[in-house]
Amino acid sequence: MTGIANVRELLTRNLRQSGIYIAFVAIVALFAILTDGKLLGPTNLTNIVLQYSYILVLAIGMVIVIIGGHIDLSVGSVVALAGATAAVVMIKQGQPWWVGVLAALAVGLLAGAWQGFWVAFVGIPAFITTLAGMLLFRGLTFRVLDNISLSPVPAEYANIATGFQNGLFGGNGYDVFTLVIFAIAVAGYVFSEIRKRRAAIAYKQTVGATPLFITKLVIVAAVVMWFAWQLANYRGLPNVLIILAVLVLVYTVVTTRTVFGRHVYAIGGNLTAATLSGVKVKWVNFGIMLNMGLLAGVAGVVYSARSNGAQPSAGEMFELDAIAASFIGGAAVTGGVGRVTGAIVGGLIMAIMTNGMQLLGYEQSIQNIVKGLVLLLAVAFDVWNKRRAGAR
Amino acid sequence: MASNILEMRGISKEFPGVKALSDVELHVRDGEIHAICGENGAGKSTLMKVLSGVYPHGTYTGEIHYGGEEAKFGSINDSEEAGIVIIHQELALVPHLTVAENIFLGNETKGRLGLIDWNEANKRALDLMEQVGLHENPVTPVGQLGVGKQQLIEIAKALSKDVKLLILDEPTAALNDSDSEHLLGLLRTLKERGITSIMISHKLNEIEEIADRTTIIRDGESIETIDMSEPESTQDRIIRGMVGRDLEHRYPERIDHSIGEELFRVEDWTVHHPTQPDRVVVDGASFNVRAGEVVGIAGLMGAGRTELAMSIFGGTYGRGISGKVFKRGEEIKTRSVSEAIHHGIAYATEDRKKYGLNLIEDIRRNISAAALFKLTKSGFVNGNEELKVAEEYRSSMNIKTPSVLQLAGNLSGGNQQKVVLSKWMYTDADVLILDEPTRGIDVGAKYEIYTIVNKLAAQGKAVVIISSELPELMGTCDRIYTLAFGRITGCLDVAEATPESLMTLMTQERNAASREGADAEETH
Repeated sequence: MTGIANVRELLTRNLRQSGIYIAFVAIVALFAILTDGKLLGPTNLTNIVLQYSYILVLAIGMVIVIIGGHIDLSVGSVVALAGATAAVVMIKQGQPWWVGVLAALAVGLLAGAWQGFWVAFVGIPAFITTLAGMLLFRGLTFRVLDNISLSPVPAEYANIATGFQNGLFGGNGYDVFTLVIFAIAVAGYVFSEIRKRRAAIAYKQTVGATPLFITKLVIVAAVVMWFAWQLANYRGLPNVLIILAVLVLVYTVVTTRTVFGRHVYAIGGNLTAATLSGVKVKWVNFGIMLNMGLLAGVAGVVYSARSNGAQPSAGEMFELDAIAASFIGGAAVTGGVGRVTGAIVGGLIMAIMTNGMQLLGYEQSIQNIVKGLVLLLAVAFDVWNKRRAGAR
Repeated sequence: MASNILEMRGISKEFPGVKALSDVELHVRDGEIHAICGENGAGKSTLMKVLSGVYPHGTYTGEIHYGGEEAKFGSINDSEEAGIVIIHQELALVPHLTVAENIFLGNETKGRLGLIDWNEANKRALDLMEQVGLHENPVTPVGQLGVGKQQLIEIAKALSKDVKLLILDEPTAALNDSDSEHLLGLLRTLKERGITSIMISHKLNEIEEIADRTTIIRDGESIETIDMSEPESTQDRIIRGMVGRDLEHRYPERIDHSIGEELFRVEDWTVHHPTQPDRVVVDGASFNVRAGEVVGIAGLMGAGRTELAMSIFGGTYGRGISGKVFKRGEEIKTRSVSEAIHHGIAYATEDRKKYGLNLIEDIRRNISAAALFKLTKSGFVNGNEELKVAEEYRSSMNIKTPSVLQLAGNLSGGNQQKVVLSKWMYTDADVLILDEPTRGIDVGAKYEIYTIVNKLAAQGKAVVIISSELPELMGTCDRIYTLAFGRITGCLDVAEATPESLMTLMTQERNAASREGADAEETH
């Protein structure tokens, strides 16, 4: 069935997915205007990346948890415990920075395995397991840190979250290296899109019209290169952005193209049907929680590196930001639906709003109210959308 | 001649891109039992949603006259106010609440201080239960009762609202024969009391037995309304109207009919109840299927049919499972679903919506769900190949959908079943256990499913069909095993089987001990 889909069809086919991008553009435009363009300035854009990277890392794991039909309330505490362990290993025991990183990741994996065991093999709902984990890991963080903050971390460690890759090809008032890296990334994106399209045509699938396809590529390339230009005009390519980009790429492939990813969707969509189709539900659930733990460990490294130390109360409320990002990004409350890219865009919407309101000088209280309402509206939209589809 | 209680005139209803109803006429006389027949997707449910105000006035065109006046229902509350109560196929009862609580749910009579007087309510409930022939304690939680009794509670609930026009959507689809009989009897009683009923049903025997008149709907149009008392109003005439063609045979002819060696054998299979370890659900069952053979398992509800199949299929039901499974003479283990699939065994569940499909996923991914390993290279799924496979099944199985990227939940029952069958065929299974493969699907789609079964047998596969419809088993199988109270009580060649001989075996009890266990199941 080779055919050409038009713009309208592409947009309406999945309002849930396209809606989020439209909302993102609208929110960026709104705050860009309200802040007289300050929002999109080189310094501020770099700051947004640095400030929200760990939430985005968590959102990647969280959206997978949510697609599987679970929830994880403990990630903030795991972030704190991972960061605390890294700090203790490096500052108190004098180990090099990479031992700190490994320790943090190991703590994340252990926490994930612990919760995965209860959720998958004992059958305790994730809500309860991770509520317990939230208290448990927070308590352990206080024990590990002896109730006090630890700082500073080694410079190499701090560099993970605060450093930049620049100057390799010299600066001309802007960083050429950043531009080159982004250009390579864009070229790779264009290449893979063209390959995908060729394969789709070879398999006689419906594809978008050619001008539409080219327009899409040009717009994406232009936006990305503009973003690179802004970064290059400040301090270059942040290290965390590299970490984040790799994670997004890897997990997009994991969720869309691997058997594990497909099984996660199957379990969230219909648990019994998945079981009766031969999905090893317990192991998939274990994998989901283990992976969340690992990503919480990564976020723990990034956060402790950025704050140059570990605090007993680090990471509080992070779980809520990550959950909100997933739902705003189109994940279904009942599981089975969601995307990594959606969660990232959802997280960016939260980031832009928070940052924009900070630039405008709104108080924390107002920021919370607005964020709460946006989350509610996003899920309401999802519910409405489902009802609309169901009424047909 | 009685006047019409309901006249739906020229009803048309459009959804974006689809004309669901076009100029439908439905005239129901006061006090009659009026059946509505049509294939799935013909528009029966849409018509009932228009009538009950689910689609409010203004979203459709045409007029509804109810009790002599034009009715403009804005919501389901409006229609209930007017005495129209609809009982859906999926019952809307709350399992943890008691019978009485369910009967008065949303319609609670408040006493002093606005509090509910439960003694009074239970007494009234008892009276309503008496009227529908339900002999239970009104404080029993509904979840402890079987589907048949739950249906009666729905009707009692309708009676509590002073129903004048009762609409039943496939009321007997999930009921066994005796419960169905009771329900139909009840409808007759209600008719004597002057309550009009509209019944949507696929069971033509029932319609012939109970309906005064029948309206046939096909492709969103009302074809005709026939008076069932006329001699030419036979089942064949109804079928002709529903499918728009003569259905000479309801069961397709087997073309290539050669039965080979034994392919699958189960010996001395015993299964215990998952939460009551003392209770034996399947007791020493043995059966075999040969290549190219279609074998039926006939049993009443609670006989252990599904339990037998699911326990074989990766132990997905029960505990304390013992017995042996052989394939081509060699013993195999089927302790997990993936092990069973690996050995070429497939099981299509009786409830495809709940257990068979991921309704919020597209057709393509439902088809590949059980055999993802065939599309996978070093952990990566080949999405293009997957789409190709789905397209192949779409055309070979005649799945009616604009695209395999449609969600499975948007398909009609027959097409959903084709997706389920595609999924299992794609696993390359050679032993296919189909549990109620045609439940809730229309005559035309049933025929297609039977054709697929024949094709599978012709390919040398072993097919087991579990069904409660004896004509279906007799029309499709080579041999029929009968299952009663967890035990295989007989095996008849289809040539020697009659409904009577099968039913005798299906109700055969071994001794008092097994009857006790069975009673616990049957009274549900």
